[in-house]
Amino acid sequence: MITVSNVYKLFDGKEILHDVSAKFYSGKTNLIIGQSGSGKTVLMKCLVGLLRPDQGKIFYDGRDVMAMTSAQTKVLRTEIGMLFQGSALFDSETVLGNVMFPLRMFTRDNYATCKKRAEFCLERVNLKGVNDLYPSEISGGMQKRVAIARAIALNPKYLFCDEPNSGLDPKTSILIDELLSDITHEYNMTTIINTHDMNSVIGIGENIVFINKGHREWVGNKNKIFTSSNEALNDFVFATRLFKEVKGYMIEEYRKQEAASEE
Amino acid sequence: MIIVDSLRKFGDYVLLMKRVFTRPDRWREFFKRYIAEIYKLGIDSIPIVITISVFIGAVIAIQMQKNVVSPLIPAYAVGLATRDVILLEFSSSILCLILAGKVGSNIASEIGTMRVTEQIDALEIMGVNSANLLILPKIVAMVSFIPVLVVFSMASGIVGGYLIAQFTDIISVSKYIYGLQSFFVEYYIWQAIFKALFFAFVISSVASYYGYRVKGGALQVGQASTDSVVVSSVIVLLLDVVLTQILF
Repeated sequence: MITVSNVYKLFDGKEILHDVSAKFYSGKTNLIIGQSGSGKTVLMKCLVGLLRPDQGKIFYDGRDVMAMTSAQTKVLRTEIGMLFQGSALFDSETVLGNVMFPLRMFTRDNYATCKKRAEFCLERVNLKGVNDLYPSEISGGMQKRVAIARAIALNPKYLFCDEPNSGLDPKTSILIDELLSDITHEYNMTTIINTHDMNSVIGIGENIVFINKGHREWVGNKNKIFTSSNEALNDFVFATRLFKEVKGYMIEEYRKQEAASEE
Repeated sequence: MIIVDSLRKFGDYVLLMKRVFTRPDRWREFFKRYIAEIYKLGIDSIPIVITISVFIGAVIAIQMQKNVVSPLIPAYAVGLATRDVILLEFSSSILCLILAGKVGSNIASEIGTMRVTEQIDALEIMGVNSANLLILPKIVAMVSFIPVLVVFSMASGIVGGYLIAQFTDIISVSKYIYGLQSFFVEYYIWQAIFKALFFAFVISSVASYYGYRVKGGALQVGQASTDSVVVSSVIVLLLDVVLTQILF
């Protein structure tokens, strides 16, 4: 579990994150949602250590990240996998080389063992026959899957995904979402996904943190999000024409589901 | 303001070099990258080094013959002057200025692109010292291969002059070769190689710094590439003055 406690972050005197507190659970797909510029990417960068909060604390299973020595941080980083918005695959390496990279860097295994593990990860994300291709030779959806395979190569305890569906068609987006959800449950990882894709919210949102103007505005799950009375959240959720048109129906349906689950 | 900005950048450069010059996490990975960089930065530069050196050697021979005409100066001085200009300045300083353009822009744009496409962030999140992994092999490859490029340049420059002697009637081949052998000081070769080692470090490290610190997108990568060439060229020239004064 990752706990964020009263985090503040400023850039050039402008407050980007204001007193953000949240919990992200292991074995669940945790979503950080919010409009563009709301501060969710900054929050994720603080979580993975690319940015240091100006105030507040972040705990990985009770371990205070801010109080860690560089050696402890290095160990923690081997427990983290990250999927970037643009995949961030290494151009100079093949698909197999990309997935083998963390294994080459952080294990003492020989080439054959690393290759076997990398091939297993690629099969796990349903990729076959692309091992010798370079990232520029495969589609965006495939690149995302290679990035997921690379992220899970070291069996991470924590998986971070920054807008995993950006630039993908709806069908591929659903496949990626399902894959992330399956992997999370299979390996009992703490998965945190940064997104503004409502399909992801409906599909895999087991724990959702809504960030609005740098504040943590709302916390809940995919069943509660449509019945919330939070105005800012409603503005965000029902922003698209499709969701506006089916708003009444969805609220009714989710209320029924909520009532049924309470009974 | 420029001084403050320059000092800030210098401090940042020193901090980056501190991260670069640490023990690699995996020596096997370092050597793999080192060999790739030798090929990319060194061996790939041989054709341009030979081409430019042959032509400059030829031009120096022609200029010497056309401009240093005096009954008091023997004809073989063309060979001697061509050799000394090539050994003392061209094959170390001017060659490195050319490499600052070719190799420097290559390094800055490669690392800069890795930065803006989050590849460096991916390395950092994995717990890899990205500065060490990406920059150290480039610096070591450049510094260790520059003597080869300098020697190629020296030989090609002298051959350029020889071709002028062979195919024109400016100077006879025998006098050119006699000039090449006259008053030869072996130290000039070592001095050129010694200076080039410093220049190679400057070119590779400054270009890496500009690439590594890119913020933004494609436009900023291009700007970083240009800045790295300009700054490393100026530093090479300043260092040339200092080293030449010290080494003589």
